[in-house]
Amino acid sequence: MSADLGTAALRLLDVHRVHGEGEAQVHALRGVTFAAHPGELVAVMGPSGSGKSTLLTIAGGLDEPSSGVVEVEGVDLTALDRSERARMRRTSVGYVFQGFNLIPALTAVENVALPRELDGVRASRARREAMQALEEVGIAALADRFPDDMSGGQQQRVAIARAVVGERRLVLADEPTGALDSETGEEILRLLRARCDAGAAGVLVTHEARHAAWADRVVFLRDGVVVDESGSAPVEDLLGAGRLG
Amino acid sequence: MGAVLPAPREEPTVSVKHALLSLLEQEPMYGYQLRQEFESRTGGTWPLNVGQVYTTLTRLERDGLVEAAGEDEDGHERWRLTESGHEEVATWFTTPVARTQPPRDELAIKLALAVTVPGVDVGTLIQRQRSASMTALQDYTRLKRQAGAETSPARADLAWGLVLDSLVFAAEAEIRWLDHCETRLRRAAVQDAGTTTAARSAPTSEMAPASASVDRRKGARR
Repeated sequence: MSADLGTAALRLLDVHRVHGEGEAQVHALRGVTFAAHPGELVAVMGPSGSGKSTLLTIAGGLDEPSSGVVEVEGVDLTALDRSERARMRRTSVGYVFQGFNLIPALTAVENVALPRELDGVRASRARREAMQALEEVGIAALADRFPDDMSGGQQQRVAIARAVVGERRLVLADEPTGALDSETGEEILRLLRARCDAGAAGVLVTHEARHAAWADRVVFLRDGVVVDESGSAPVEDLLGAGRLG
Repeated sequence: MGAVLPAPREEPTVSVKHALLSLLEQEPMYGYQLRQEFESRTGGTWPLNVGQVYTTLTRLERDGLVEAAGEDEDGHERWRLTESGHEEVATWFTTPVARTQPPRDELAIKLALAVTVPGVDVGTLIQRQRSASMTALQDYTRLKRQAGAETSPARADLAWGLVLDSLVFAAEAEIRWLDHCETRLRRAAVQDAGTTTAARSAPTSEMAPASASVDRRKGARR
């Protein structure tokens, strides 16, 4: 899996996103360049209004940039038409949200199997893959439970299973630990981390430093601009810098 | 164990005396053993040199808190607690650590001076520090991951895990405080700009740092 380390799973090139027009214009992103590679977990940190959620929705093809290039596994999303982009979104990208976003009328395994079925995978195979994904996050035993009968931590595990089912190689997580206590939140980060260690590329948006610290790199976003990055320099150098300020 | 740990910025004044006494509460030990036990429980976060252990033991003996307990099979001279030694340990564990005198915090002092001394780029200072503190936090978290991967539920590993958590929470608090400082400074900058331009034009001015005014406008529109 480390063979394809050269190609980025996600690449943003000089991405701008402007909401509204004229007086009411808000620049959510101002020329963001950013990449996440297979096997890498990248955290994006910033206060509310810094553009971090916009960055994630654009990375996942849920929103379009005003200008700039967005590539997922080498494919330029901006060059795809609506249905091609929807397909790309379903097959290559997994999302984990703060609110879990599980469908209450479906069991855990049905929730996880759903995106595969939407892809046209046969029901029995989709279910098999879903079980495998649930196994990976340690809750195969709860496969037939409904979300309402699960704890927050268990629901988030289901959401992670859904995000990675069918070998999707890019996982986007928006404050995935937001609603969880610190111990459970850590479990979720451990799972995300494990998924990336196994070869996926992960982007984690958070305002909590303790959670961002699970990433290989931390990108700081302020007012739509990447202001800084930590974790890419040799540890000794940065520690020296830390002591001298 | 013995992992390379970035040293906390301010070396905490770990009470070597009380640490050694409480280890001896468990069983009689010899000097080198005391050092090893201390480091295995704190993950080598606060390295203790063996000379320090022996001088402390000598002082503790003088004060009547420990006494010689004879040699073990290998000829190591062991120490045990006296009655008042036991009492000292009990008192230590039942008395809260004094928090009245805030430890000298170089970063807080530096920032207090940076915002008052003219010509300092405080924004860059904060950004660099945040990046450095984040790197330290990433290192602690990496050690935590490694510690978590080991399945041995030994007591010493739990102790080391708690020490790591303490470093993690402290680094997190520092980063959160830096974010807070940044927000306050921006607000102050916007206010300053507002008072200087109010006389000349409407308060929609772009005099304020562009970044900060975006936040405010966005908030106002919702």
